[in-house]
Amino acid sequence: MAAKVFITGAGIISSIGLDYKEVLSSLKASRSGIGKMTLIDSVHKEEIPVAEIKKTNAELKELANVPGKAIFSRTSLLGIIAAREALSQAEIENTSEYRTGLISASTVGGMDRTEKFLKKYLKDKNHGRLRDIITHDMGDSTEKIAEYCRISDYVTTISTACSSSANAIMVGSRLIENGILDRALVGGVDCLTLFTINGFNSLMILDKNGCRPFDENRNGLTLGEGAAFLVLESERIVEKTGKKIFGAVSGYGNACDAFHQTASSPGGDGAFLSMQKALLKAGITPDKIDYINAHGTGTKNNDLSEGNAIERLFGNSVPPCSSTKSFTGHTLGAAGGIEAVFSVMAIEHQCIWPNLNFANKMNELGFLPVTELRKDAAVRNVLSNSFGFGGNNTSLIFSKC
Amino acid sequence: MEAFINSLSAISPQNTFAEEKLLHEAREYNNVRFLRCVEPQYSTFIDPMASRRMSRIIKMGVCSAIKCLQEAGINNPDAIITGTGMGCVEDTGRFLASIFENEEKLLNPTPFIQSTHNTVGASIALILKCKNYNNTYGHRGFSFESALLDGIMMLQEEEANDILVGALDELTPDLFTITDRLGFWKKDPVNNLHLKDYRSRGSLAGEGTTFFSLSRTKNEKSFARIRSLQTFLKPAGQREIEKKLTDTDKPDLVILGINGNPPGDEIYNHLKSGIFVNTPAAYYKHLCGEYDTSSAFALAMAAGIIREQHVPDIMKLDSKPVGAIRNILIYNHLRNVNHSVIQVSSC
Repeated sequence: MAAKVFITGAGIISSIGLDYKEVLSSLKASRSGIGKMTLIDSVHKEEIPVAEIKKTNAELKELANVPGKAIFSRTSLLGIIAAREALSQAEIENTSEYRTGLISASTVGGMDRTEKFLKKYLKDKNHGRLRDIITHDMGDSTEKIAEYCRISDYVTTISTACSSSANAIMVGSRLIENGILDRALVGGVDCLTLFTINGFNSLMILDKNGCRPFDENRNGLTLGEGAAFLVLESERIVEKTGKKIFGAVSGYGNACDAFHQTASSPGGDGAFLSMQKALLKAGITPDKIDYINAHGTGTKNNDLSEGNAIERLFGNSVPPCSSTKSFTGHTLGAAGGIEAVFSVMAIEHQCIWPNLNFANKMNELGFLPVTELRKDAAVRNVLSNSFGFGGNNTSLIFSKC
Repeated sequence: MEAFINSLSAISPQNTFAEEKLLHEAREYNNVRFLRCVEPQYSTFIDPMASRRMSRIIKMGVCSAIKCLQEAGINNPDAIITGTGMGCVEDTGRFLASIFENEEKLLNPTPFIQSTHNTVGASIALILKCKNYNNTYGHRGFSFESALLDGIMMLQEEEANDILVGALDELTPDLFTITDRLGFWKKDPVNNLHLKDYRSRGSLAGEGTTFFSLSRTKNEKSFARIRSLQTFLKPAGQREIEKKLTDTDKPDLVILGINGNPPGDEIYNHLKSGIFVNTPAAYYKHLCGEYDTSSAFALAMAAGIIREQHVPDIMKLDSKPVGAIRNILIYNHLRNVNHSVIQVSSC
């Protein structure tokens, strides 16, 4: 039996709040972060809504407490803010005390600065400021976070599209279970960019009215930005310190849909397998799941495929299920981390978060998402799904301790 | 912690893909500032219908992965794990350029779809219809090592018996231009085989895709064994590096990441005249160039050396006699930020 992996801290920044407390109160008040695009200069800003963090990079720098002149991508700044909160919640000041790792995740890295660089570079290859391109790769934001948090024992970045940070949480848990690390800061970050806005727009899967997960008339996703990290610690540390425990990572599963580079298989094979593997790892039967935080992007394809997979696994007794992307938008590489924090919050506050913007039941599915906040729910085990391009499907199970 | 290597396949600036014997004939490039891969006939390995829309890195990655699995006799690996420092650069650049050129209107989504770092890992799974574990790391000089560690953990967890682990990085004209402006490469063209002898700053750019088929237990195809793996970020100094290197068993050969950039090579030279003063040393970046996942090429060379019990002269850094090669240590750093140590042994 593998060692248990405990969650001792959680940090988050998203369009519905700049920290754990603010985010929690938005969830409780059903306050969505989806609105008009104001910080990105895109030709689509009038017609495509997004879930932005309404802070400029200069303001984020102040919030992160980094020098004004230092070179940080928006991704790094968001990551630092969330990572710092997670460590502070876990009461960790000295990261050298135990073998500590950082497993972060991203899909765009420092693309926000790359875009600035390219505008000039594309006109003249000798132009574009180099300081705007050195933050391009995925490793940059992770190393900035690692440096800020003084983590160097094991540092890496996962990039598997929209399941990236769910995979980071899974890998961090495994590194602890395998005795390679005692402690891991795990999660992910992505900021809004022209690259992703235009990418998803070219696929014609951005809902002009804001995403409506699991609704019969859903018409695509809404992009968001944010960062979220969990602190995972081994049983040994937790026993020794007696610190507050938010829950445990009790199960995880990753499977490949192997159907199409972007589209999910109609029956949701990959999703079914990842959920099944997570349950097997957790050693629990489907009826023990009290809440499913679905991937639920709001695209025609995902919600049908995921819904079918859920029904295949849970039959007629689908547990309360919602997609919180109706609050935060789809934060891509950060989504698994953000939804892991929502799962932790659900366990801590015994709540089930509503699926906003829902009006009409999908014809193909038998279950309805939860549309009103449920308080005093008995939430012991939460299943959280994250699915990405390339059919990369990851399911995580978080449990009350 | 261990994993047996049962096959490998590398597309590189050398003839590694076609040759059965390791570096049978080293490719010499004169007057160059970068090395590009010797690309195979893809249609032998990938259905032309499928490869039609694939970018170069996808074709190279998929092709080396497929050949690697064929040689190991594996149809459906229990995991496909890849590492790439820069991902699918060509498609990313194409899509970005189209955003600005077309003022964000009527864009072709194909390069966007294929821009994610896991495109190659996903394409392999799609071709094989492999629904098993699939993961991709993208972290500078740790990308391949992270994939390898994940794979070794999979085997250790007994979740997997046979897995595919690989690394891929492509060099595009824009990537070269930009990294050249950043001062990564020697300004004057060089002869690759003499890379270590130039006094000028910078290195020689390179690229490659390298895949390994690994198993938990030894089988009739096993020819080398990965015994340990460490990565460390920005070490405080030479002593910290030496400590990590002396944590391993005494090697019969050490393979160093010398890339021709004098400040960076100083670290290796210290080791050669210090803790490895009596150990035969070799290097490899004059063969493949410098790139984020070049350590995967080094591992391929190390595994080949163990299989053939022969160190190609072109890799040798000294004339120390080499006896039986049971244990090889690979030490590499990327711009003195990402350091890694891989220990490979005979089975």
